[in-house]
Amino acid sequence: MTGGGDTVDIRGAAHAKVKHDSAVRHVTGKAIYIDDMPNVPGTLEALFVTSPHAHARIISIDGARALAMAGVHAVLTAEDIPGHNDIAPVFSEEPVLASGTAEYVGHPVALVVAETYDMAFAAAKAVRVAYEPLEPVLSIQEALANKHYTFPEQIMERGDPDGAIEGAVNRVSGRVSCGGQDHFYLEGQVALALPGEDNDMLVYSSTQHPSEVQHGVAHVLGIASNQVTVEVRRMGGGFGGKESQPTIIAAAAALAAHKTGRPAKYRMRRDDDMVVTGKRHDFDFTYEVGFDHDGRIEGIDVVMAMRSGNVADLSSGVLARALCHGDNCYYLPAVRFQGYPCKTNTVSNTAFRGFRGPQGMFVIEVVLEHIARELGKPVEDIRSVNYYGTDDRNTTPYGQTIKDNIIAELTESLKNAIDYDRRVGEVERFNAHQTSLKKGIALMPVKFGVSFNTPLLNQAGALVHVFTDGSVHLNHGGTEMGQGLFTKVAQVVATVFQIDIDNIKISSTRTDKVPNTSATAASSGSDLNGMAALNAAETIKDRMAGVAADHFEVAANEIEFRQNRVYAGNESLSFAALAQMTWAARESLSSTGYYKTPEINWDAKTLTGNPFYYFTYGACVSEVVIDTLTGESRVLRADILQDCGKSLNPSVDYGQIEGAFVQGMGWLTSEELVWDDGGRLLTHGPSTYKIPGSRDVPPELNIHILEDAPNRVPTIFRSKAVGEPPLMLALAVYLAIRDAVGRLGGGRLMPVLNAPATPEAILTAVDDIRRRAEAGAK
Amino acid sequence: MPVQFNLNGVLCVEDGLPPTTSVLDYLRQHKGKTGTKEGCAEGDCGACTIVLAREDESGTAIYEAVNSCLLMLPQLDGANVVTVEGIADADTLDPVQAAMVETDGTQCGFCTPGFIMALYALRKGGEKPTDEVIHEALAGNLCRCTGYTPIVAAAKKACGNAPPDVVGARATLVPSSSYATENQRFSAPTSLEDLAALRAANPSAHLLAGGTDLGILTSKERQPLPEIISTVHVEELLEITETDDYLELGAAVTYTRALPYVKRLYPSLATLITRIGSRQIRNMGTFGGNIGTASPIGDTSPCLIALDATVILHSLSGARSVPLEDFFIGYRETCLGPSEFIKAIHIPKLSSGQAFRAYKISKRYDQDISSVIGAYRVGISDNKVASIRVAFGGMAATPKRASASEAALAGKDWTEETVLAVAAAVAEDFTPLSDHRASQAYRLRVAENLFVRLYRDLSEFEDLTDVVAA
Repeated sequence: MTGGGDTVDIRGAAHAKVKHDSAVRHVTGKAIYIDDMPNVPGTLEALFVTSPHAHARIISIDGARALAMAGVHAVLTAEDIPGHNDIAPVFSEEPVLASGTAEYVGHPVALVVAETYDMAFAAAKAVRVAYEPLEPVLSIQEALANKHYTFPEQIMERGDPDGAIEGAVNRVSGRVSCGGQDHFYLEGQVALALPGEDNDMLVYSSTQHPSEVQHGVAHVLGIASNQVTVEVRRMGGGFGGKESQPTIIAAAAALAAHKTGRPAKYRMRRDDDMVVTGKRHDFDFTYEVGFDHDGRIEGIDVVMAMRSGNVADLSSGVLARALCHGDNCYYLPAVRFQGYPCKTNTVSNTAFRGFRGPQGMFVIEVVLEHIARELGKPVEDIRSVNYYGTDDRNTTPYGQTIKDNIIAELTESLKNAIDYDRRVGEVERFNAHQTSLKKGIALMPVKFGVSFNTPLLNQAGALVHVFTDGSVHLNHGGTEMGQGLFTKVAQVVATVFQIDIDNIKISSTRTDKVPNTSATAASSGSDLNGMAALNAAETIKDRMAGVAADHFEVAANEIEFRQNRVYAGNESLSFAALAQMTWAARESLSSTGYYKTPEINWDAKTLTGNPFYYFTYGACVSEVVIDTLTGESRVLRADILQDCGKSLNPSVDYGQIEGAFVQGMGWLTSEELVWDDGGRLLTHGPSTYKIPGSRDVPPELNIHILEDAPNRVPTIFRSKAVGEPPLMLALAVYLAIRDAVGRLGGGRLMPVLNAPATPEAILTAVDDIRRRAEAGAK
Repeated sequence: MPVQFNLNGVLCVEDGLPPTTSVLDYLRQHKGKTGTKEGCAEGDCGACTIVLAREDESGTAIYEAVNSCLLMLPQLDGANVVTVEGIADADTLDPVQAAMVETDGTQCGFCTPGFIMALYALRKGGEKPTDEVIHEALAGNLCRCTGYTPIVAAAKKACGNAPPDVVGARATLVPSSSYATENQRFSAPTSLEDLAALRAANPSAHLLAGGTDLGILTSKERQPLPEIISTVHVEELLEITETDDYLELGAAVTYTRALPYVKRLYPSLATLITRIGSRQIRNMGTFGGNIGTASPIGDTSPCLIALDATVILHSLSGARSVPLEDFFIGYRETCLGPSEFIKAIHIPKLSSGQAFRAYKISKRYDQDISSVIGAYRVGISDNKVASIRVAFGGMAATPKRASASEAALAGKDWTEETVLAVAAAVAEDFTPLSDHRASQAYRLRVAENLFVRLYRDLSEFEDLTDVVAA
């Protein structure tokens, strides 16, 4: 059932380079995002009043002055919520509107509703909130020292790491940290709520997770899920930032609509979006590792302290994924990964492409570098001896046996293709002849586990209708955020029916068409929804084949769908004619389809199991140059080899690889979140928070998809997930900057360089390593 | 008087909307043109990019990309406005649209209309699309999905062969001089005299000289500014004068218009200017505006101070010249009198033996605000520092000369040892702040090191000094 998809006789079959279904609408400005929808007369605008304090008791909220202003319809507080003031996705007590205490700067404490945005803007300033400031906890270290967590710590342990480290001939320890990251989706958070009869609510939400928005709205309004419908056609970017975060915006819009009886929109402006909603978690790591003379790790103990923020949100899943990726590609016989979700008075961090896989890999790569410097060996040699084996040394710290390991061959193939050793020599020559500028080069291998860490989330539904003119309506639980999911799933359906993709109408994701869905996240969108759509389409196809068999008076297995027609030997019908005939035969042309990922399990208590259906692999070599006078850096070249299984759509996959790499590069270089000592975010717009621009992309960026590499497990047409894994390839950029700095210290000294490697961070590291090298210290 | 302009070739006459209505809000909320997007409302993401078409003196069409979020509605008066909805010919896509589809240049599509319009301006301008030109033309547009490579490929595909163009008959709209509602007024005088009179009568009015800074107050802060005087139609403020000894730029000359002159006379300043904002910003932003807003991190001021520029101030009582270094008297404070405005900037040419260099340090190369900017006019003769003027931005409450550093270098041998010894003087000159762009320690360290870069850059020493050029 999953071996098909090789037929190229139709437009838009699986594995073809099919354009994004909305490409023409994108370039003409005709693609409709929520704020572009024709305005329903009477639509009101909602806007949060937010806390200026990182931690404060809310003494009183006085909306009288605001309510007296022209056009203001409501000033709502926690007490106005008819249902439960809680939108926690996993745990509880995560309010829409702060009640009692405000826990971060930007915490929504009230909601103003007015006829226009300008009126709401003025009214929000007029709401009087009295606070009693409380002492905030602002740093990871302070929270860690006080065991101030949003949920209990997670400790993943195998063997006797203490004994192994103790008994090893070599030991090193160190600390390093990496910063957070704002999603900076170009379309900010937005929701439009339309009240219906009987307190029903239709909500248009820019969300990766319509079902969660549905549940959140129902919960807040105190109504049943069947009264809330959530729809999203497309998002202007998501990247994880629209997995749990849209619920608060949608709940606010729905609350405004519910209270006023009029449609209400909340389109969050950029600065509010960056201050009020969550980001990638920043982490402080400390590590201790014991290893043999070859650099083979014998025992390792890593503390991963992450900034959870004011509440748990999705941080438990996030932390589990960090622990599950702290091994990256390396076999760790005795290991302890200690994860601490530090509760701070800052915005709750949340999902972001990679879901903390990047941070897990970040630390192990620094550990490998440390081992290499300690032994005076190339880090490539250290990688080689530590790579997972294929027949032995192939179980992860959480107990899953890796059955598809190709990392050694893949990295070797990339290194050969780009003549890695010669490139290292060129870097050395450049550095010998240049004074101000110095180069560095590094390789980054990636192994990424695919499936939600929580097994129950790995399910999906689809709904397919064939109409009597042969046109097809496709719906599934996945959402389109630009990643090309709708295009890929339409390719699946086109392939099943063997009809041109033009005949398939891709429709908005709606909770009343496919219910109880999982977020479009964890790179699993096409794996899950592609399979569900395939099942739905095959059900219909079987019925149609039965009708065709009766018509041609042959057995059903002699019916063949091919090139928009249906054949029985030499006789044929158009697909449309058969659709009409199927209807006339009173057979259903509509079907749901369902899929659940097989073979997966996870014990959240022991942090063991087989959470991933398969792994995907990739590698990147990056070359950078730094300016030792200013700390400025550039990525000069990057070469990527990425495993996509048998790619469903190479055009889309290239786009995902490029985009993820550049986004990861931003995380590690120019994107710096800066908070002041009162917990206020100072970088809350593109003028202060710098995501990469076109010039920052390496002038030479070579991307190759691994060929002849069908997934060994039967995923949709043997493809592999691609949304997140390539983001981690950008760690090559960070490692190359470390390499450039490390070369200034002679190679044996560890650079003191955290991420993001801003000009200031790099210059500080350069000055530091030169000072140490001069002092002869180690 | 109502505002009149062509929108995608259709005449629009607007009266009654507040003058501080942003063009972005106008397009989206009042004209149903929702193709143009809001990504930041501060002129940094480019999702709101539209194109203004006009004719230059020779009648050739000029297409300029601008940020509609920073433009106030009356700034469109007399303009030909092109939005993403207006460039396809029925079902035939514009070449930049077709190329973006072809190269898979869209993913989520939200930034796309802005990129399309930036590319459309590039295509219509006929420039050869080298990597350098493309990056410069796209520096004002952020994409979070694609990684830009396919967008750059689309630029190469679609741009570089547009024939010269004329805007067409409907271009001959004449701007009106005043647009007012009950509580707000937007004046756009066309003569120096009128501007001086208006300024004298309205000393508290906001002067708009491009509006790339002022526009943030209305776009993001939603301030209903009561009185705005635009200087950009004042003929005398649009003049560019070049003699053997100096270049004089009218205060309302945009960066884009000045760039060819600057490129020829002060190439390093031209490089810096191409890093100020983006083309969208430079098509609106003016020298007078950048100086008048008196930001401590404005990029042109330290350069102009190092070049010994003077500003010519004007009012009803006449004109006076002030050295630019004396113009700034405190944080965002100038010596402008209540009825005065900047008429022009007078920049001496470099004499033979003088070199000028400007170095900008920021987290991102393009379209970022400097953490430190160093500007140097140096004369070397007989391997000694014969003359030196140095000014820094980002190091004090105003753009400021580095007097102690100058003194430490003047007359000394032009060697790396000399520039390495300047560190103490830099610390004497400046006590910079720590903020989200950089710490005090970093700013001081970079300011010292930039003297080393200056030496290596100007000396025979064969060293690369720019990571972007590496």
